[in-house]
Amino acid sequence: MDASTALVKVLREEGSRVLATLVRQLGDLSVAEDALSEATVAALSAWPASGIPENPRAWLTVVGRRKALDLLRRESARPGKETAAFRWGTESAKDEMEEVIEAMETESQLRDDMLRLIFTCCHPALSREAQVALALRTLARLEVDAIARAFLVPEATMAKRLVRARSKIATAHIPYAVPSDAELPDRLAAVLAVVYLIATEAHAPTGGEAVARVDLEAEAVRLARLLVELMPDEPEVLSLLALLLFTSARTPARSDAEGHVVILANQDRGRWNRGAIAEGSWWLQRAVSWSAGMAGPYQLQAHLAAAHSTAASWAETDWDRIIELYDLLRSVAANPVVALNRAVAITERDGPGQGLAALEAVVGMEQSHLWHAARADNLRRLDRAAEAAGELETAAALAPTEEERRLLLSRLLDVRPEPA
Amino acid sequence: MALYVALCYYDRDRYWDEPPETEFSPEYTEFARRATEAGVMRSGEALHPVSMSTTITVSGGRGGEVMLTDGPYAEAKEVLAGYFVLETADLDEAIAWAVQIPAAWRGKIELRPIAPHHA
Repeated sequence: MDASTALVKVLREEGSRVLATLVRQLGDLSVAEDALSEATVAALSAWPASGIPENPRAWLTVVGRRKALDLLRRESARPGKETAAFRWGTESAKDEMEEVIEAMETESQLRDDMLRLIFTCCHPALSREAQVALALRTLARLEVDAIARAFLVPEATMAKRLVRARSKIATAHIPYAVPSDAELPDRLAAVLAVVYLIATEAHAPTGGEAVARVDLEAEAVRLARLLVELMPDEPEVLSLLALLLFTSARTPARSDAEGHVVILANQDRGRWNRGAIAEGSWWLQRAVSWSAGMAGPYQLQAHLAAAHSTAASWAETDWDRIIELYDLLRSVAANPVVALNRAVAITERDGPGQGLAALEAVVGMEQSHLWHAARADNLRRLDRAAEAAGELETAAALAPTEEERRLLLSRLLDVRPEPA
Repeated sequence: MALYVALCYYDRDRYWDEPPETEFSPEYTEFARRATEAGVMRSGEALHPVSMSTTITVSGGRGGEVMLTDGPYAEAKEVLAGYFVLETADLDEAIAWAVQIPAAWRGKIELRPIAPHHA
């Protein structure tokens, strides 16, 4: 492996760990990011000549820290920089050996550094948008332009969002701290929500065409793995990884040869990634064993995904189990999307009449294309073709993406053999 | 240590003529006492109701025409009724104190970091 390939690999796999250590040592996320960039530049020129260091992570940490302290000294020599110098401290450089030893973080120190950084990036005083951007930049180490593309915003907008988020962390003194036991459940839920949001963004691109987008699903799985590594006995963390593995297993079947969306009912289950499903099942089992009978929302969603993933076909799905799980999910996390999905399961188990009644009881989804599409499906099965066509047209008009609109309009053919 | 101002906002219509601090005075005294004893509260004041405000604009730059308006400037639904200056280690500690200010459940609190002086 040549030096620059090795560097890319190290940054990808361990960049966030180097950053976490630098944040602790330097006390500021922006300064730490700059230090890591400087260290990367230094590695690009040094490694081809000197060879790849034995411990690349320690190398990057030591060089990054030294660069930051050099910069700090230059900055504090300039007038008007007293505050910055005060904030970063004026520690003098240690001798090299000591630095290298210090950089060889113990596993527990590194784990704490990473957890602190994760909880800071997902602090509730930051907007969800900012949390997601920070998670992808700071933890997943994606480049700003890739994150911007993934969320279909101009690169300058994403760069500004990141600058503002880091600046708020520094200015408002958001602490680099692992939350107390009392705060942990809520704060952990925020972290999981960020990772979940990244995964859902991968499945439901908000508008526009899904071209040249970074693989957000793979990034979400990576982040979930990182969380599992850091918090191996938190059942909801294990459940999130299981859930993401189940859903990512279906990705190969989620679009056809022309790149069009294929809904779950019509997917070729032979194309599902069985390895990912098996791994998901394994993590879900661990989550169950850690959760002492108290299934959280991610565990319930993972069970739902598992029920679909292990069914031989849509028709052979265990709808009793699915409905039971939706009922449990509604009791811990009531939301209209859950009620809608439950109504779809009711249709499959009890028929379109019951399904339609269940849909009528869902409040707050009247503006969602999914609700109208589900109504159309029931009406079609009840041979109420004209009403079904009307619902499909409404659904198509509300669909957030061109692809979903196309899918809905194609169903019009089923209810109205001669399209107008 | 970091300095924050906790700005206390109340419903504009409800507290147009009457400041909430009169109504909830004992709660505020209680909070101020505890926050002072903990060394967290630097200062704090209750404000008279917004109907007592005068809004000032100088048009055309410094020394220009002075325009006065009776009442508050903001057209917001909430009006500023008072503030506390808190000094804590970080935002989490400041939030832990801010949630104990009566405005947090009777109105809203905006917690804002105070910028350092530049001599």
